[in-house]
Amino acid sequence: MLEDIRSELGDTTRAPASQRTRTAEVLKRARESHKPVEVTIDGNTIEVPFGATILDAAQQLGIRIPTLCYHEDLCLAGVCRVCVVEIEGQRTLQAACSYPITVPIKVQTHSPKVRRARRHIIDLLLGSHYGECYTCSRNNYCELQRLAAEYGVDCFRFGHLSEPRFEIDQSSHALVRDMNKCVLCRRCIRTCIDLQEVGVLEAIGRGNRTKIATFMDKPLAEVICINCGQCINRCPTGALRANDPTDEVWQAIDNPKKHVVIQTAPSPRAAIGECFGLEPGHAVTFEMNTALRRCGFDRIFDTNFAADLTIIEEGAELLMRLKRALVDKDESVALPQFTSCSPGWVKYIEHFYPEYLDHVSSAKSPQQMFGAVIKTYYAQLNGLDPKDIVTVALMPCSAKKFECNRPEMCASGHKDIDFGLTTRELAKMIREAGIDLLGMPKSDFDDPFGTATGSGVIFGTTGGVMEAAIRTVVELVTGHKGEDLFEHAEVIPVRGFEGVRYAELPIADVGPVPELVAHLFDDWDWLKGVTLKMGVCHGTANAKKVMEDIKSGGKFSQCHFIEFMACPGGCLGGGGQPGPTSPEIRAARAKAIYAEDRAYTVRKSHENPAIVQLYKQFLTDGPCGQKSHHLLHTHYMARGKYIE
Amino acid sequence: MTHAMKTGSLTFDTVESGTGLDAALAGTGAEVLRTIKSSGLRGRGGAGFPTSLKWKLAAEAEGDRKYVVCNADEGEPGTFKDRVILADHADLIFEGMTIAAWVIGARYGIVYLRAEYTYLRPHLEAVLARQREQKLLGENISGKKGFSFDIQIRMGAGSYVCGEETALIESLEGQRGEPRNRPPVPIDTGYLDHPTIVNNVETFAWVVCIMAKGAKWFSSFGTEKSTGHKLFSVSGDCDRPGVYEFPLGISVAELLDEVGGQEAKAVQVGGAAGLCVPESQFDRTIAYEDIPTGGSIIVFGPDRDMLDVAENFLEFFIDESCGQCTPCREGVPKLLEGVNMLKRGECSMAYLEELCSLGETLQLASKCGLGQMAPNAFLSIVEHFQDEILGRTAG
Repeated sequence: MLEDIRSELGDTTRAPASQRTRTAEVLKRARESHKPVEVTIDGNTIEVPFGATILDAAQQLGIRIPTLCYHEDLCLAGVCRVCVVEIEGQRTLQAACSYPITVPIKVQTHSPKVRRARRHIIDLLLGSHYGECYTCSRNNYCELQRLAAEYGVDCFRFGHLSEPRFEIDQSSHALVRDMNKCVLCRRCIRTCIDLQEVGVLEAIGRGNRTKIATFMDKPLAEVICINCGQCINRCPTGALRANDPTDEVWQAIDNPKKHVVIQTAPSPRAAIGECFGLEPGHAVTFEMNTALRRCGFDRIFDTNFAADLTIIEEGAELLMRLKRALVDKDESVALPQFTSCSPGWVKYIEHFYPEYLDHVSSAKSPQQMFGAVIKTYYAQLNGLDPKDIVTVALMPCSAKKFECNRPEMCASGHKDIDFGLTTRELAKMIREAGIDLLGMPKSDFDDPFGTATGSGVIFGTTGGVMEAAIRTVVELVTGHKGEDLFEHAEVIPVRGFEGVRYAELPIADVGPVPELVAHLFDDWDWLKGVTLKMGVCHGTANAKKVMEDIKSGGKFSQCHFIEFMACPGGCLGGGGQPGPTSPEIRAARAKAIYAEDRAYTVRKSHENPAIVQLYKQFLTDGPCGQKSHHLLHTHYMARGKYIE
Repeated sequence: MTHAMKTGSLTFDTVESGTGLDAALAGTGAEVLRTIKSSGLRGRGGAGFPTSLKWKLAAEAEGDRKYVVCNADEGEPGTFKDRVILADHADLIFEGMTIAAWVIGARYGIVYLRAEYTYLRPHLEAVLARQREQKLLGENISGKKGFSFDIQIRMGAGSYVCGEETALIESLEGQRGEPRNRPPVPIDTGYLDHPTIVNNVETFAWVVCIMAKGAKWFSSFGTEKSTGHKLFSVSGDCDRPGVYEFPLGISVAELLDEVGGQEAKAVQVGGAAGLCVPESQFDRTIAYEDIPTGGSIIVFGPDRDMLDVAENFLEFFIDESCGQCTPCREGVPKLLEGVNMLKRGECSMAYLEELCSLGETLQLASKCGLGQMAPNAFLSIVEHFQDEILGRTAG
């Protein structure tokens, strides 16, 4: 019933030509007409596709060539020169990461020349890197530190900085930039310009005065940074980090007058194990619950509850928009409706496509909905003064730190969410408390929001919001069980990692209007025969493609609902997740998330009994009613991309 | 408007505009390539890549859109010969570009003009306009049906590294001028990813002379591997600085005689990126097979402090490094620190050896020619002027 049409817009976007490897396109063409090439590395011979890099070939042979500026997700740069190798017959050394093999060559990866050059380069990098490892947030998983150890650096041969050169930029709620630790590998630039197509960072100055800077070298808070934090995930050193609130969180925990509540999003649980030596792809949800209790949090809630709430509110909003468009023939209604749960995406559209803000669902993100519910409903239920409640949100995200500080996010009369904590920061707290996460007994989430659904869990991966929405909307409208329509209620066509996806869902028949939304709709007859058109995209570069398509009246302008996620892979690839990141790691995390979805007995948001209860007891005027509108919905700000 | 002093007459003065193009259009592109090949012409920018080979590869490269780029970003310290050609013989440059277009099948040409030469732009535009009127540019050039080519002038912004062809192309595309990874090379993936040839101003002018006067005439000058004449920009401690035309293969001593620099204790050949030649080696020849040069000759008299010379060049490279690759960005300042330590008599022999070893790493591991050449002057001064630079005392 669901027609799957993969988008013609292509998988991934690649941005400005200057940042792109020149080889990619030419070689792609050439590869079709050329035979594989033979390459000999350190005496081992192998055939590789025409144009494969020396680094590719070495990896196939199991030969390690150290790298620094190279990153799997990014276009090639060849700037750090750590990976230089010697090619027989060539005068100069070549960067293995960016040298394409087009003719048979013989390569040496650790000849005397190579070893000397590499050591010099590492010495030079250390010479301009200010800071001591033991006071660095990246101590023990810093790529520069690892290189120094690998090459047995025992002294600063060309000196070492004793004074910082730059002021640390702490202006942003989300990110901290300490350019003293920057080694100019430019991964952040390539992430920002090429991977995300935001373009906040660029190199300025020349020679040894080169530095990575924002427009006019302004503080990060004053430029068009969307806080996605993808640059943090790809920074090899401690130059970029999230704005860490753990001291304040500990303070709240230590204060007996404070009732400290933490909600945990789906993605951190699928990745935090990586901080403790677990292979990617293993969720430690229930061990983490115990660890959080031992850290001293008073209540542990599952953000999935709020994700279910988001689905109800956002789904109801979508149906209302559709009705206005289809029944009332109201041409002013903004369709397609865009999702609003990714704060990176929200800030992106505020900067880059402010004229489309009325398309963004007014429903708050799960994090913020939960905050508002905790400081109202939950406070009431437990006789707590909301001013004594401290709400912490464990998120895979750096942008969530910005989101909870948005001035409009105080619907409860207080700051709905006090602190956004990243996966990395929680791992640090757990270590600090001497807790062995992986050895923890399992324990469940706390009531009254203990039950969540699988639909909430899959919010963590790209396509998850769409799948959850389809599950709920289809059942609300058709009366059929999702399981009858999709095997295990899994909406496979919206899954996957293609950058942009498109799907259609024809509604053949309709059922009665369920009680939950009976105040909004009399019947569904107007939806009969309608084909719902949906889009999914992740990474703002892909969001840009979709937005440009909409602008030019393309296929996506005819959609009804589009899911946007700022980060590649969705939240599981968020800027608050442990490093390193790669397509494989993100795929492993997605697998863990889908596995968790399958394990839930209740897999659709509107079946969540705690949600049903909430609407009965508290949000009595139902989804999109006045009360929910006040607490659970928000508005946006047209920021534009010009900086004053 | 002042031009650099031109000494004597240049071959370029003797070639009538249009004659080279006529000769080229009388035959096929392949015939032109054969002529240039047998002339032995090599790139006049300094690297000395055989011009015919570059054009041949570009002619064979796949692509319906190709570009001819003239590198007029003359920025090597001590070079000013292109300025003379641009001012006095712009018609030859454009004509040479048109011949290149005929050979490789290009429709568009670009002159990348050094920011400091902005004052020459109106003149160049006037020459272009005249050539368009004379049907030497535009549609169906010289009545040759289907052969269309035109040239636009684009301004640099004052960066030395944009003289490096891939950085130049980045700059043309509106990006920060930084060298690209090679391969691929511009002949197949150049401006806007189209096949592109980038040649020096002087190279284009010589192509016209070769077409007009013949390959034999050209290769009768110079050496076997470095044929023809070349322009030199001579400056520094000599009696008659200026722009000269000499055959390649001239020895340093002969050149010094011509310019009145017999007193010199060293000559920097090839600008900041070149070699510092000591008096003991003045019998060496200026040719691609011995001391290559883009034309810059800087004469150092007996009173020059060679550490000042090294300092000056290294400061230049620190300013002009694009900053993307580690060896060049971080390494050159270490060499400069070393020079200052030498000046103060604080550099141990062990550290000096370490710095020379670092210099070799820079030559081997830097991403582009700038970083690879940056330590040359330092290394040759340390090698040839040990007595002068060692054992100094502070103050």
